[in-house]
Amino acid sequence: MTALLKMQGITKAFPGVKALDNVSLTVNTGEIHALVGENGAGKSTLMKVLSGIYPAGSYIGDIVYDGQPAKLAGIADSEKLGIIIIHQELALVPLLSIAENLFIGNEIAKAGVINWPEVYQRTEVLLKKVGLDEKPATSLGKIGVGKQQLVEIAKALAKDVRLLILDEPTAALQENDSQNLLQLLLELKLHGITSILISHKLNEIRQVADRITVLRDGATVSTLDCHAEHISEDQIVKDMVGRDLSQRYPDHQRQPTDVLMKVKNWNVWHPELSDRQVIREVSFTVRRGEVVGIAGLMGSGRTELAMSLFGKSYGRKISGDIAIGGKAVQCDSVDQAIAAGMAYCTEDRKEMGLILDETIVNNITLANLAAVAHKGVLNNAEEQKVAERFRRAMNIRTPNVFQRVLNLSGGNQQKVVLSKWLFADPQVLILDEPTRGIDVGAKFEIYAIMNELAREGRGVVMISSEMPELLGMCDRIYVMCEGQFVGELDAAEASQERIMSMIVKE
Amino acid sequence: MSQADQENVHPVTPVYLGRYLLSHLREYGLLFALIAIMLFFQVMTDGTLLKSVNITNLFLQNSYIIIMALGMLIVIVAGHIDLSVGSVMGFIGAFSAVLIVQWELPVALAIPLCLALGALIGAAQGYWVAYWQIPSFIVTLAGMLIFRGASLWLLEGQSVGPFPKEFQALSTGFIPDFMSPGFRDGLLALFEVRRINAGALVVGVASALVVVWLNLRKRQQNVRYGIEEEPTGFFVARNMIVAGALLFVVFKLATFRGLPNVLVTMAVLTVIYAFITERTTIGRRIYAVGGNEKAAKLSGIKTERLTFLAFTNMGMLAALAGLIFAARLNTATPKAGFAVELDVIAAVFIGGASMAGGVGQIIGAVVGAFIMGVMNNGMSIMGIGIDYQQIIKGLVLLAAVVFDVYNKRKRG
Repeated sequence: MTALLKMQGITKAFPGVKALDNVSLTVNTGEIHALVGENGAGKSTLMKVLSGIYPAGSYIGDIVYDGQPAKLAGIADSEKLGIIIIHQELALVPLLSIAENLFIGNEIAKAGVINWPEVYQRTEVLLKKVGLDEKPATSLGKIGVGKQQLVEIAKALAKDVRLLILDEPTAALQENDSQNLLQLLLELKLHGITSILISHKLNEIRQVADRITVLRDGATVSTLDCHAEHISEDQIVKDMVGRDLSQRYPDHQRQPTDVLMKVKNWNVWHPELSDRQVIREVSFTVRRGEVVGIAGLMGSGRTELAMSLFGKSYGRKISGDIAIGGKAVQCDSVDQAIAAGMAYCTEDRKEMGLILDETIVNNITLANLAAVAHKGVLNNAEEQKVAERFRRAMNIRTPNVFQRVLNLSGGNQQKVVLSKWLFADPQVLILDEPTRGIDVGAKFEIYAIMNELAREGRGVVMISSEMPELLGMCDRIYVMCEGQFVGELDAAEASQERIMSMIVKE
Repeated sequence: MSQADQENVHPVTPVYLGRYLLSHLREYGLLFALIAIMLFFQVMTDGTLLKSVNITNLFLQNSYIIIMALGMLIVIVAGHIDLSVGSVMGFIGAFSAVLIVQWELPVALAIPLCLALGALIGAAQGYWVAYWQIPSFIVTLAGMLIFRGASLWLLEGQSVGPFPKEFQALSTGFIPDFMSPGFRDGLLALFEVRRINAGALVVGVASALVVVWLNLRKRQQNVRYGIEEEPTGFFVARNMIVAGALLFVVFKLATFRGLPNVLVTMAVLTVIYAFITERTTIGRRIYAVGGNEKAAKLSGIKTERLTFLAFTNMGMLAALAGLIFAARLNTATPKAGFAVELDVIAAVFIGGASMAGGVGQIIGAVVGAFIMGVMNNGMSIMGIGIDYQQIIKGLVLLAAVVFDVYNKRKRG
């Protein structure tokens, strides 16, 4: 067994965070190699290094491919070597035909003029290889996601792929489409094509993988050989999450009292795809002075749940009941939700939470302008007082509150978002990934703020992909998977293993 | 605070001044550009540009552009564009001619009707943009074609006029002198001029004082917050230039026929819209929508309604511009307002607004419109052909925006 790929001592740092720390990965010729780990473990970063998206020089370490040291300056370089990556979001153009998509950027042409007969002929051959029974001229948008995934693979074959990297290929697929795809991988293996498969679905991995590498916190934990020993899913899960809780959380002693918010039978459908139900029969409660967690993988519907609750900001055909403080509330728009006592800090601060070009003051008062205005005329002095108050309370590090938010660090930006919502004085705060992209010190401060909110008798809902954080902060944790709540755990009984197994066994 | 205080007592060295100027090029750039362009044409036209009669003409010629630039700034800050304003302006001019000249409706009734129709047209376009999310470029391009055709149809291809005196006064009238004759005689002797509108001069001096007072108050507030960066010398110089220019213009106007009605209308509207955009909740929300629509929406702002209102307001201002334009020509022609939208949009961008939305100021748009107006006027006096005029205006627009982008990049 020879190694096709050897990545050695890969270290990749972003400002403030080490995404990869001395990671090694060896992939043998002709194997299917699974790469597993939690969100943020470094899988995607590692694959971006491998495919040249992070060019040589932007990381430390060596890549040896086919016995030769490889210095990849970009996607074009890696593709020349036959390394093709298929991302979770497919790189296809829905309005073009299958044939056109297959050869995008790689057209069969002479002097820029496309040779259509040959394109169609080769398309048919490629489609047969991946077992897709569609006409080359069919427009891509008309076939399902599962088939589109196959088109992506055919596209890789058109480029003479030797090492195929699939990032969560089955995440959006139905069961039988997933099986098709896995069968295809096994078939390609027979033809000598090596694959790296990134997936959270451990049953699928056990079905096809020859070896498994587990990443955790940007480091290689273990490489397991599926043929040498019997490997249980529990063992993989343990490797994935088995870190000691070295991160610290501020002490908290909470005494949750009566039920503050109650959501019953919440259902949401996808805004565009009319046959896809995104949230299914979700019910939960939040008590005063309680921090409730929602665990789940990316794409499990946590953000969609939060946004649909917050004034129906996401989805269609929304049904279900919300009660706050014992009273049923109408939440058809965001201002109604705010009036009912809800606040929602978005997962994506920059895209959806802040107006980056505006000052700290203007961002903080935005959700409650009426409180700093008299008959629609703003009181600038009052605004500034409010912003100063939050700057001190939240310890926002800035020379003054008239700085543009753009110039603040991630942690301080998050504090501005929190300030904005606290100024609206909500009863229930939904915090979506409140510590994403924030350094450790600022995380601690955010946790302390959350404790303070609970102490004041508010209810806090925390959505997070980082399980240790949920375990360290929450009184109760709901586990979400594919749009449903699949379990509820008290702080005392919750563990990473229990949460992970609830997710992967669903 | 302490850090900012230190900056205030920073020893004023030439190096520091230079650096300050460099980092605030945009703010001063616009003012300097206007002054430079005026001086340039003053020299090139052998002093004709700044003659009393020509300054009066400058306002009469450009008021309708400035008035529409106020509305356009709001539309652009909200993240949209309105290509239909020229056509709507022409259409309302035609409509007013039908009402006043053909149907002989009283002017006092016709004007509100015209403004209401303009608002309705704006609302109709804003409806598609706001509630159907149809790109404003397309909706208002359609509007541009529709109302261009509608004015032709309404006027049956003819020019309609003339208008009664009281309607013409909208544009060509002047504010009568309200000061006592004795005071006026005193001024005549003081300045050694043949005639003077003492009331205009008083208004001018008062507004110059108000402008300086407002700037001073703003500076004091900034010092209190610890965010004042402008060196005292710059502040004094800037205010002296602004107040001086204001007094100069008013003096020129006062020694001709006084303050034109349109100038007063324009000034009052400018103050109102500056106040709305800077000091009211609705203004703040419009900037928020343009800056980040998703974030604004998730903060409980009714983004659709604001967009709708921005277009409605634009329609009303386009109607007002149409009335002023018709009153000045004393006739409604099917050609009125042709390609004017381009001047209006150019003025707003020269004034520093961003195509992406969320950035721009009323005063910038007004200065931008003046820059365009002075260039039009100066080049016409010099006898430069319309062909070169267009090319030069295009280059100035491009240069202004390139300058903006360059500045932004440099700051990182």
